Amino acid sequence: MDFGFKLSPSSAVNLDTVDHRRFDRLAQLVPDALTCIGCGSCSATCTASAWTGMSVRKVLLGLQRGQDAEVDKMLSGCMLCGKCTMVCPRGINTRQLILTLCRLDKKGEMVR
Amino acid sequence: MRERFASGFDPFVIPFVIGMAFVLGYCLIAMIRVICQLPKADRKRFLLSLITPKYIWMNLRDIFLNCLIHVKLWKRNKVLGYMHSSIAFGWFMLIVLGHLEVMLFVPERIHLFYYPIFFNYFVAETEQTLQGALLMFLMDFFLLMVLSGILIAIIKRFASRIVGMRRTTRLSALDRVGLYSLWAIFPLRLLAESFTAHISGGSFMTIPANWLFRQFLGNDLNALPTWWAYSIALCIFMCVLPFTRYMHIPAEMLLIPMRNAGIKIRHPRKGFALLEVYSCPGCGVCIDACPMSVRKTNCKDATVYLNRQLRRGNERRIAEISDKCLLCGKCSAVCQVGVQGPELRVAQRERRKFALTPSYTGMDVQPLTAAVAGKGGVLYFAGCMTQLTPSIRRATASLLDKAGVRWHLMDPDGGLCCGRPLMMAGRSEQARELIAKNLEIIRASGCDTLLLSCPICYKVFKEEYPLEGVRVVHHSVFFQELIAAGKLSVTHEDGLRLVWHDPCELGRGCGIYEQPRQALATAGEIVEAGMHHAESICCGGSLGSLTLSYEQRQPMTQNALDNLTVADPDQIVTGCPLCLATFVRMADRPVRDLAEVLDEHC
Repeated sequence: MDFGFKLSPSSAVNLDTVDHRRFDRLAQLVPDALTCIGCGSCSATCTASAWTGMSVRKVLLGLQRGQDAEVDKMLSGCMLCGKCTMVCPRGINTRQLILTLCRLDKKGEMVR
Repeated sequence: MRERFASGFDPFVIPFVIGMAFVLGYCLIAMIRVICQLPKADRKRFLLSLITPKYIWMNLRDIFLNCLIHVKLWKRNKVLGYMHSSIAFGWFMLIVLGHLEVMLFVPERIHLFYYPIFFNYFVAETEQTLQGALLMFLMDFFLLMVLSGILIAIIKRFASRIVGMRRTTRLSALDRVGLYSLWAIFPLRLLAESFTAHISGGSFMTIPANWLFRQFLGNDLNALPTWWAYSIALCIFMCVLPFTRYMHIPAEMLLIPMRNAGIKIRHPRKGFALLEVYSCPGCGVCIDACPMSVRKTNCKDATVYLNRQLRRGNERRIAEISDKCLLCGKCSAVCQVGVQGPELRVAQRERRKFALTPSYTGMDVQPLTAAVAGKGGVLYFAGCMTQLTPSIRRATASLLDKAGVRWHLMDPDGGLCCGRPLMMAGRSEQARELIAKNLEIIRASGCDTLLLSCPICYKVFKEEYPLEGVRVVHHSVFFQELIAAGKLSVTHEDGLRLVWHDPCELGRGCGIYEQPRQALATAGEIVEAGMHHAESICCGGSLGSLTLSYEQRQPMTQNALDNLTVADPDQIVTGCPLCLATFVRMADRPVRDLAEVLDEHC
């Protein structure tokens, strides 16, 4: 039945069901990931953000919230240009973070 | 000369024959293996070059100059140059003259390949001939030359600073065996020839030594054991040679013709890459050169150790060393045999497997294309890094306007990345997608010149983009030409001392050293850094390194700044936005882009 409007699917995140393995492994391999303060400098400078909404801040947040599809979409637009590394006030090596993340599968295992 | 033994044989030659047969067999198999591992087109190209007169001449000249005389090393360090050329050339001459002696005096023995090496044991001097004396003299002379080189080598091993090296390579166990046997060969040869000098004859070194020994050793019983020792030392050296750094001696003779034929690394471990790894002499010049070496723990990440780990197949260390490197290219610039450290590392990075592969094909660049379509003239691509340092973009724009150039900005609100950072990370397939997109925009603009203010972009646009008919130019070169053509008039400020930092990608990467300096000289007085041109030190901010953290990079930046400020300049000037952003954080004086300095004086 068409009511002329529809309800958006729920975007609530149930933290109890989130699979943390990928983020935990990342934090183990690149401990810098834990030092992000979410200032958004990376979001502001990102070359790829115009196309995929890429932002390292959102990637880290998305990983902890289990938003895997959004994270993968953002990562697949990253051009590794390194601007986020240059502006990060915490000195996080964002390129290493992104490359490491790209090498981890959904279970947080390094692909070989 | 006459022969002492009718058989022309003594059991002491056996170790030498075994060693020689082993090393020749090993090198032959290794050579065939390397050639077979080349891609088909490369193999054909290489084999064809071997029968082309131009290449034959080039190969012979390069092998003589580099393998025997070590010209490159002479230019770098006279003591090390002498050390290497005295050992290599002296030894070569000993072998050549040995053969000459056999051909002259006992030509029927020339087919015995141990004969020229142990000639003095097998012959007795019958009468003095000028010819013989001259050869004897030359043999002693070249032996002395080799011995002097060995002496320097021994000193160098224990006090490398005396010969001008701060650090030298840590040797592996087998390398030590090779080294000590190499040291032993020539003193043993001197002893052996001295003990038989009253029979075989000798010259200024062996005859007095013979006389000396006879004063307290009344008999000839020492002669044979010394010849045995000499032969065994040769055997040990040749048997360990394939497994030590001395493999570079035969490997370099194949590397030179292959490089001359234009062969490049196509596989991280096979073919040309394998040959480069074997050609590394392990001298350790790259350790001092590497900008990472300011941190002592990073000394073990120099190219010499990458080559060692590649030989051992230590995957964990190979990955670590490959990912850490800044790809500044200085190790290649100083390497005596021309091992391409950065290329080897990128090849290792390309081997990685990823769970997630980015794709840029879906990106819609239509708005970017439409903005510049059909504008023609000069297209200025600021690039990611210049977007972060807008003062460079403003200064460049201002200079272009002042010179009356018809130009357009390709990425006013940010564009795509050029693809070079992806290539450095070993993802060249993905970089190709970005290249295709950028190419679309450039082609649509109908420009005749593509102007870049970032050397990272410049290198990739120049080398990887098929841009026939479009001139790709770095802003330092473009402005130098505008100044030379009189379109920009720069006022010279007396007493303004400027130092030019050669960015890795612009200098070593693209060979542009002089144009920026000429442009800069119009604005002020140029002073040089401690190390400059091809020897300039990376700022430490390079995108080449994937794993170095900000804290680890800081001492490298400080070291580069210390090098730049030895002549106490008023300003540090560079042509790379990334170098600029890196230096600005730590410099004690203004760091500026060439465009900014010129714009201020225009």
